[in-house]
Amino acid sequence: MDAVFKALADGSRRKLLDALHDDNGQTLTQLCAQLDMTRQAVTKHLLLLEAANLVATLRHGREKLHYLNPVPLQEIYGRWIEKYERPRLQGLGALKKNLEANKKEHHHGKA
Amino acid sequence: MEKPKFVYVTYIRTTPVKLWEALTQPEQTRQYWGGLFNRSDWAKGSKWEHVNEKDSDPVYIFGEVLESNPPTRLVMTWVDPDDPKDDSVVTLELQPIDDLVRLTVIHGDFKDGSAMQGKISKGWPLVLSSLKSFLETGNSIDIMGSARTCQ
Repeated sequence: MDAVFKALADGSRRKLLDALHDDNGQTLTQLCAQLDMTRQAVTKHLLLLEAANLVATLRHGREKLHYLNPVPLQEIYGRWIEKYERPRLQGLGALKKNLEANKKEHHHGKA
Repeated sequence: MEKPKFVYVTYIRTTPVKLWEALTQPEQTRQYWGGLFNRSDWAKGSKWEHVNEKDSDPVYIFGEVLESNPPTRLVMTWVDPDDPKDDSVVTLELQPIDDLVRLTVIHGDFKDGSAMQGKISKGWPLVLSSLKSFLETGNSIDIMGSARTCQ
């Protein structure tokens, strides 16, 4: 998880992830065209992102494509957000169920 | 050939055989897929189904097994029963690295305007983090609860 936060703690790397979110599966050349950086610098950032498992690469014909891999972000979400949100959302779910049940009864009463 | 649309990777502390079982045995898939499960004999040419038994219309996804090489590679079509034209292809690759297994999910060959694309891009990260948790700790994640938070 340290690697994920380290990888995210840089504007250029976040920009690379944004570029992949907009258009998943890009070559190094395509990514370089969107950033004001040398090819070497982009390569270095991509390696760091790949080491953090935020970017996955795939051979497609002769090309090496880069993909945004959100699985580590899902793990962070699960650890700090989801488990705190769930009781509140379940509360809302129960409220909705009750209200809808009442509505149904009311509706039946009318009919 | 068009480039795949999505590639998901997770590293799980397990063995390829255990991971293969977790991906293919109904009782195991149920543990981390929010109570829904997958069933098939997983032979090439066989049908597979993603099932919610509690629903009167229980098959949520189905498809054909295109390639089956336990415990390293499984390729299948992925079809929405409500819109059978909305089909795509899923490839699962299991690669051992030291005491970990790298699981890669490649999902592509979507039809133009596929509604499934939006659903699976939320679904796979949830399922994979739940699977990792299930295999490493024995606890899965309540993915139905967290799916609600996405809406």
